[in-house]
Amino acid sequence: MSTDSIRVRVSGIEQVSPLIREFTLEAIDGEFLAFSPGSHVVVEMPAEPRPHRNAYSLLSDPRDSGCYRIAVRLQEQSRGGSVYMHESVKVGDELSITPPANLFAPNWNAGKHLLLAGGVGITPFMAYLPELKRRGADFELHYLYRGSSTGAYREQLKAELGEQCFLYDSEAGQRCALGELLADQPRGTHVYICGPEELIAGVREVTEELGWPASHVHFEAFAAPQPGKPFEVELSRSGRTVKVDGETTLLEALEDAEVDVPHLCRGGVCGQCVTRVLSGDIEHRDEFLSAAEREQGDCIMPCVSRASGKRLVIDL
Amino acid sequence: MRMAPKPIQSFRDDFTYSNSPGAVARFPFPFPEDEYMYSVNIEPHVTPGPEGSVYEHLLDIDEHYLSEMHERDLVLKENPKRCLAMPHMDLACWDMIDRVMHCFSEDYPEHFKLTKAGDQWTWENKLLNINDSFTFGDSSTLPLPPMEYIGRQVQGDFALLDQRDGDLFMDAGIVTCPADWSLAFDAGMGFKEWHGPVPMAHEMGIFDRALKYLCAIPLGRPVRRLNWTLTVNARMDTSPETYPSWGSDRASVTPENVGEKVHLRVELQVLDRMSRSNALMFSIRTYLISLEDLVTNPEWAKRMHRVMKGLPEQLIEYKGLTRFHPLVVDWLAKYDPAN
Ligand code: HEM
Ligand code: FES
Repeated sequence: MSTDSIRVRVSGIEQVSPLIREFTLEAIDGEFLAFSPGSHVVVEMPAEPRPHRNAYSLLSDPRDSGCYRIAVRLQEQSRGGSVYMHESVKVGDELSITPPANLFAPNWNAGKHLLLAGGVGITPFMAYLPELKRRGADFELHYLYRGSSTGAYREQLKAELGEQCFLYDSEAGQRCALGELLADQPRGTHVYICGPEELIAGVREVTEELGWPASHVHFEAFAAPQPGKPFEVELSRSGRTVKVDGETTLLEALEDAEVDVPHLCRGGVCGQCVTRVLSGDIEHRDEFLSAAEREQGDCIMPCVSRASGKRLVIDL
Repeated sequence: MRMAPKPIQSFRDDFTYSNSPGAVARFPFPFPEDEYMYSVNIEPHVTPGPEGSVYEHLLDIDEHYLSEMHERDLVLKENPKRCLAMPHMDLACWDMIDRVMHCFSEDYPEHFKLTKAGDQWTWENKLLNINDSFTFGDSSTLPLPPMEYIGRQVQGDFALLDQRDGDLFMDAGIVTCPADWSLAFDAGMGFKEWHGPVPMAHEMGIFDRALKYLCAIPLGRPVRRLNWTLTVNARMDTSPETYPSWGSDRASVTPENVGEKVHLRVELQVLDRMSRSNALMFSIRTYLISLEDLVTNPEWAKRMHRVMKGLPEQLIEYKGLTRFHPLVVDWLAKYDPAN
């Protein structure tokens, strides 16, 4: 993980619904930063043979940097991190997280904020609510869940929010009529959806029909960190071969091998690291090369892009 | 070398501004090559940078601190609209207060001290004789609106950008030393809109790529870039609002006074994500050096000549150099052995 990862200790674990566990994290060195509502962190779990990395929304009050809290829904069918979080992580364990990043921030110019949560999708809104209240903003929370598995925090929310909180337990036959709900909103309302794909798709469909501007419809789209497949690069000028494992970028691997590549942004936009490719297929992940340049297939941005096959020969 | 603030000098009228040898040595000379063209020249601002350099700390303070704070006061008195913050930016302003106070008290403990007891903060700025206690987040407990309060204590111009819909909006700022742009005019605009007047860069895709990158800046990972222009006289406030008082300076350059009058103006721009508001803080720290001082470094002198000689016509025009650019190139020629 990159050098700016934050070491944390798990200081509390709580079962907040049959399938959802909440984890309280404390900083091991120094203090956490306050964060903005809608932020997530990527948690790295030291699993074998390679670490899991999952993104989770921060659900604590953003102004309270004493601890961070996340909630994890057990996803039995996935091989990934949620099983690890549920089965292997104990109070006192250490983990790494990235600094918070926000791809799901409220738009403070909204006349009204309509929050739609599905299941564990309640988490980012747990951080929205204290800030919405502090700002005296107009909002409503509509929370869809299944009583036997999800529905975390619903009693607390109902008690705190009263009339502004609407609960729908699908197992009790309670349905949220999206069409009516959205049609009834005043102009200038922004809707925020966090939950399963179908819920997001449903809201987008209805808002499109109703002619809402796309800028008023927000949904959480996690930028999951993208590891890749391992490959090898041959450096044509020295004949050396460098191995790049799935967790390392080509640029990092070249740096580890003490090969100098000019770079600035390390994010695929500045163009500094452009490197000529003599053979091999490229999986372009940058924002720098044009479609035509990609087509030619003779340049790579090693800070983000990788080989799509097993081997590349580059002009270094 | 660490820069101790020196007594107040002027950026107007008699222009007593000067750089000490130490300030000349640490000047952020912006040209890595003999040619200059716009590019996405953004890089991580990893601190601490080299000791004593302008990159050592998140925000650089140098010997001109008192002079710049005095100049800012003059400008704000003439025109209070140089500082503004839309109501939804209040929290972002407090984020900026948090960031500046923490950085200054850690990076320059001899000048600044922050004491916190929960939300009760006490801030001491020994350079400006400020000692204030306030409740963090409560603007009514500050003697000035939050943007102006902190803006009057930091060198350089600042903008706070609200991030919405994949764009950045100039919704707050304090801008008293701009290179010919106006905060009041750009207020509320998006990234590509306020960059509208810049030639060539839009077509080159520079702003598309830069915007994507900026929107993805995470907490605690600031980035920086340099921008530059030439300014006649050591004038900080070259704003459209005051154009009548400096526009004609451009015609005052002669072959005899080029070295003394023409200044390379470099902006060290730092972008840092604000934690509570998700806004981006954009700081524009301006460094001025006379060509006379610049050519004391032979490498800079040679490169400066080559860059000026090859500068594309559209950039000369946009940067407002047309009147005196040939004089600058001629004057610099003697420092370039290739000539
Ligand atoms: C979000 C932070 C930024 C702000 C607030 C900002 C603001 C401005 C403003 C107000 C101008 C003057 C435009 C005019 O003529 O009215 C300008 C010029 C310019 N900006 Fe930015 N900018 C930002 C970031 C960037 C970035 C990341 C780049 C990267 C390429 C960039 C590239 C330029 C260039 C090339 C010019 C022309 C400068 C010259 O030739 O003197 N800006 N910027
Ligand atoms: S380092 Fe910027 S594109 Fe690779």
